[in-house]
Amino acid sequence: MSDHRKNLFNVGALVRGLTTTFSYMFKKKPTVQYPSVMKQHAPRFHGLHELRRYADGKERCIGCELCAIACQANAITVIGAENSPEDRRSPGERFAARYEIDELRCIFCGLCEEACPTDAIVLTPRFEMADYRRGAFVYAKDRLLVPPEAGVGTPPDERPNGIPADLGGVFRAKDTVDITAGYEATHRGHILKDHTRGGAA
Amino acid sequence: MSSVPIWLIVLIKAIIVLFVVITVFAYSMLAERKVMGWMQLRPGPNRVGPWGLLQPAADAVKMMFKEDLTPETADPLIYRLAPFISLICAMGTFAIIPFSANKDGSLWAVGNVNAGILLVFCMTSIGVYGISLAGWASGSKFPLLGSVRSTAQMISYELAMSMSVIGVLILAGSTALSDIVNAQYRVWFIIPQLVGFVIYLITAIAETNRAPFDLVEAETELVGGFHTEYSGLRFGLFFIAEYLNMITVSCLATLLFLGGWNGPFGLPSFGLLGLLWFIIKAGFFLFFYIWLRSTLPRFRYDRLMAFGWKVLLPVATLNLILTAVAVAVWPTHV
Repeated sequence: MSDHRKNLFNVGALVRGLTTTFSYMFKKKPTVQYPSVMKQHAPRFHGLHELRRYADGKERCIGCELCAIACQANAITVIGAENSPEDRRSPGERFAARYEIDELRCIFCGLCEEACPTDAIVLTPRFEMADYRRGAFVYAKDRLLVPPEAGVGTPPDERPNGIPADLGGVFRAKDTVDITAGYEATHRGHILKDHTRGGAA
Repeated sequence: MSSVPIWLIVLIKAIIVLFVVITVFAYSMLAERKVMGWMQLRPGPNRVGPWGLLQPAADAVKMMFKEDLTPETADPLIYRLAPFISLICAMGTFAIIPFSANKDGSLWAVGNVNAGILLVFCMTSIGVYGISLAGWASGSKFPLLGSVRSTAQMISYELAMSMSVIGVLILAGSTALSDIVNAQYRVWFIIPQLVGFVIYLITAIAETNRAPFDLVEAETELVGGFHTEYSGLRFGLFFIAEYLNMITVSCLATLLFLGGWNGPFGLPSFGLLGLLWFIIKAGFFLFFYIWLRSTLPRFRYDRLMAFGWKVLLPVATLNLILTAVAVAVWPTHV
């Protein structure tokens, strides 16, 4: 008897298969009903970036570009500028005039966070960034920087364990954002020709 | 009662049966997706309505509003006609299937035909033309392969199926479905005809193109087989026809082997109680089909053929001969 013949008449195997599928019918389903039920993610989950502030409202970022250098995916573009005495944006000499992250390039490795000397750039657990417009994935300071009324942002070693309460904030920002704005600095092709790296035009 | 013309009664009955059968189709489709989901550790469709109960309605709306494409290479008339052949034949069988009976013997059926079982087989055989013509008229290679397979599969499995059913017909001494059911008042035919029942069950799956014998539409090899080119409502019609055929063979299995509307152990059951028994039995077969689909992988085509011709047909013939001899030797015992 050939092998397939033997398998064909193996009624025991058939019954075993049927009982397996039948018992699986009553097993607990691991499905998470995603938009209505959120899964708890890992404590050090790497999601959307955030630029933090100091308690006095000043930006932590000093425009040093270490994050842009550390970035493996070339996703970060920083163009720094000198602080002027009448409008001090950060405690140091310089601040980030432009700070843009192309989230489509980003691999969420967290090296920018580790490179940052002032703990300015951190990764939040936010992950819902879907959009129909490509340009909307280039996040500029208007979406990265913690709004002054929202506090200072979360230190990287105190990253919230789970879903942030303001997850919906990503959606709200998306609808109002000017998607062409993000390309001012990030469109490396022609823009970086006009700007010398490290100094604003 | 006599003032109501017979055609009006039949028409009303037909409309009621049509609505019931279409509803059963809709929910057997949902049940299939649900049960398959559970068996694959998924919750199944649960977005439309409570527990996904309105999913069939959503599907129907989707089907209706999709574009109805006809390929340039298709034979337009046959291409458009084929789904209707399938559907009409699938629906036609329900005209003669009795679902229950009253105490006085009158049937809960649209019509009682004295050659009922033959008519059912005729209908399902013509229904195959729908599939074959659809594949042929589509004018592309995968549907053609599907239709060739369907023809070959039908020829080889319908033979064994008929053979397995003839045993029942010999025992009942009639081809009328009501007589067959009445003959099972004490003992269901599954007991004297166990071999016939198993063969019927297997061939019925092949007959309805269900997994593991769904080579006609094999998604992974034939990209949908005979209905590759179909879209929108015409695809929906094939879908309805497939499920109606599934319900038909389930009803037939109930009528031929499980005593129809008779209760177990000779329990008398008429009217609504009989209908309940019928639904339970036919429902079990529907569930069994779904269960089998989520358990077994698809047959290889040559093995399907070998199985049909070299195993099922000889066994069915042997069963038929033994039954005939037994009836001839001990005519009083059946």
